[in-house]
Formats: sequence, C-alpha cells, structure tokens
Amino acid sequence: MNEKRLRSLIAQGLAGDEQAYRQFLTELTALLRAFLRRRLARLPDQAEDLVQEILVAIHNQRHTYAPEQPLTPWVHAIARYKLIDLLRRRSRSDLLHDPIDDETELFAAADAEAAEARFDVAKLLRALPDRQRLPIWYVKIEGATVADTALRTGMSVSAVKIGIHRGLKALAATIRSTA
Amino acid sequence: MKTDELVKMLAAGVEPVDPRQIARRFRLALATGTLIAVAFTVGILRLNPALSRYLPEPMFWIRETYCLALSAIALLGVHRLARPGRRLGLVPAALALVVIAMWVLAMVALAPASPQTRTRLVFGATAAVCPFLIALIAAPLFIAHLWIMRALAPTRLRLAGAAAGFAAGSMAALAYSLHCPELAAPFIGIWYLCGMLIPTMLGAWLGPWLLRW
Repeated sequence: MNEKRLRSLIAQGLAGDEQAYRQFLTELTALLRAFLRRRLARLPDQAEDLVQEILVAIHNQRHTYAPEQPLTPWVHAIARYKLIDLLRRRSRSDLLHDPIDDETELFAAADAEAAEARFDVAKLLRALPDRQRLPIWYVKIEGATVADTALRTGMSVSAVKIGIHRGLKALAATIRSTA
Repeated sequence: MKTDELVKMLAAGVEPVDPRQIARRFRLALATGTLIAVAFTVGILRLNPALSRYLPEPMFWIRETYCLALSAIALLGVHRLARPGRRLGLVPAALALVVIAMWVLAMVALAPASPQTRTRLVFGATAAVCPFLIALIAAPLFIAHLWIMRALAPTRLRLAGAAAGFAAGSMAALAYSLHCPELAAPFIGIWYLCGMLIPTMLGAWLGPWLLRW
C-alpha cells in the first residue's frame, strides 16, 4: 500500500533521514504526476510545473504533517489547493490574454520535455538575497552540510537554516507568480 | 529543471522537524493576544466594580462557561483548519449546541416576563456598545490566530479565516465579561454572539487574501 509505505518514509524524513525523505519525494512525484496528468490532460507543461510546485509546497509545509495523521488526505489537500490555485490564476490570465496565445502554445510543449518544468530554479535562485541564496546553493545543490556552509558563508548555523527555509518559501512564491 | 533534480535539491541536507515548534507558536501567540485583550479590558474599560457580587450568581458562571466553551471549541477548529487534510468533525455542531443552549435559557427567562422586563432582558443597559467592544478586544487575538495560521497551511481559506475570527471573538468575549455588567441570558445570547460574529465575518472576508500560501 502506498499510504503505509509513504507514511513510514515521511516519518523517517521528518526525523532528518535524508535518504528516506528523497525516496518519499520520488515516489510521491510519480503519484502526483499521474494524478495531475489526468486532470490537466490538455496542459502537460502546466502539469509538470504543478508537480514541482506541489513538491516545494509539501517540503515547505512538512511541519504541518503529524505522523499519527493519515498521509493521503494531507497530500491530497495540498495538491488540490495548488491545482485550484493554478486554475484560478489561469482563468484570470486567460481573460487578459489574446486567445491566439493558446494556439501558439499548442505546439510549444514537446513530450520529451514533459518531465521538465518551464522555470529554472538556478535562475530563480539568482533573484534571492545572498543570505538565502548561498545556504540553498551550498546545502541543497552542492550537498554541503549546514555547519560547512556556516563556515564558508560566515553565517551562523541557525542563520543558514533560516536562510534555506525562507529562501524555499520565496522560491515557491516566485514559481507561483511566474507559472 | 528536471523534477528529479528538484527532489534531490529539496531532500539534500534536510533537517529534522521539531514537532514542538508549532505548539510554541500557539502558546506565544495566544499568551500575547490574551494579555493585550485583558490589559485593554482592565486598563481602559475597567473591571466591573460589582464583579465580586456576581460570584454567587449562577448566571455569572453560565456566562463565563458559555464564552469559555465557545473559545475551546473554536480553538480546536483553528487547530484543524490550519492543517491540510484535517476534518472539522463535530466542531460546527458543538458550537451550535452551545449557542442553542444559551438561546433555550434566554427563552426560559423571557417567557414569564412582562413586556417591559423583556426589553430590559434583551437590551440591558449596554447593548449598543457590547458587540463593538468585543470586536475591538478581539483585534489582538485575531492577529494572533492569523499569525498561527500563516505558519501552517490552511487549504480552505475562507473557513479558516472565519475560524480565526470566531476564536478571537469568543476569547475576547471572555475578557470583556470582566467589564460587562450584563448577566441576562437573552442579552448574552444575542449581543455577545454579535460581537463574536464581527471578527468572524471579517476573517471570512480577509481569509483568502491573508492566508494564501
């Protein structure tokens, strides 16, 4: 059962087990993709964007999951919230755009790129202030430890953690406003 | 960016989550909000000088229990609506039950009374200010509840905002009762509730803006 397996993985992840947490996100990605592809059949690009947006949201909100609580409703509520948010944004921006935009976009999405979202995290990162960008870059992309990052940036350990946390939040907000 | 790269990035060096952090924020927010609400009531509105004479009155304790019960149930609602995928369960029914119980008491008080007494039971001496003072006292508590919710992830924003408003309103009513000279059930059943509903409606209105994430 997905529920049981993912629940034990996220519980380990919340305790700080990086490998279990990555496994959790990986398996969740496949489930989310299937869930959203069915609902956004005509917008494959948006579907992958949304998968990533939901993953970032789940990561940023993982403290709202209590291990004794069933996982499926928690993930579903977040996915649903982000899907509705996207549809609302789209219907609003569709009203502003010339309908011809939709036709030009029709062939822009290639199947092979479907697992790639249109926004580039590296580019988004550059817009963040140093105190958020550097911790994310060292810890999240280069894989350095928090302690090492603190040494390299001259920031305190807690400042590094706060920088990662706030930076990912800011990243989620940028993804939301550009998607 | 490929999704598996994003996953790798999110998982890299992931820190353990401290489950006590939310509880700490709850305590800090509620303590600060309550402190300001009580300070405003005691410092500016003043304690009701007759408060000690109310102590033997059953209606005094019924009024306090009414506000306290609504606050406790509303807090449970805030707690649940602030997290994705949690059901409200019996929270709305429990709120309704407490309000209806007060209305039944109000009927019992009004039924045998003369028309003149009825007017006094419903309006007391302070009906014109009661709801607005409760709403005013609710302001710091409202901010406290929104601050809690913004650290969490409500997914039904209008409802979550309303719950934050109602929790603030019912806690404010409890603080206001230290000043309030009214003990009649019809008064409490109407005007206290109106005072609680002002921040509730404000919360339902502002929720989608203030609680988005």
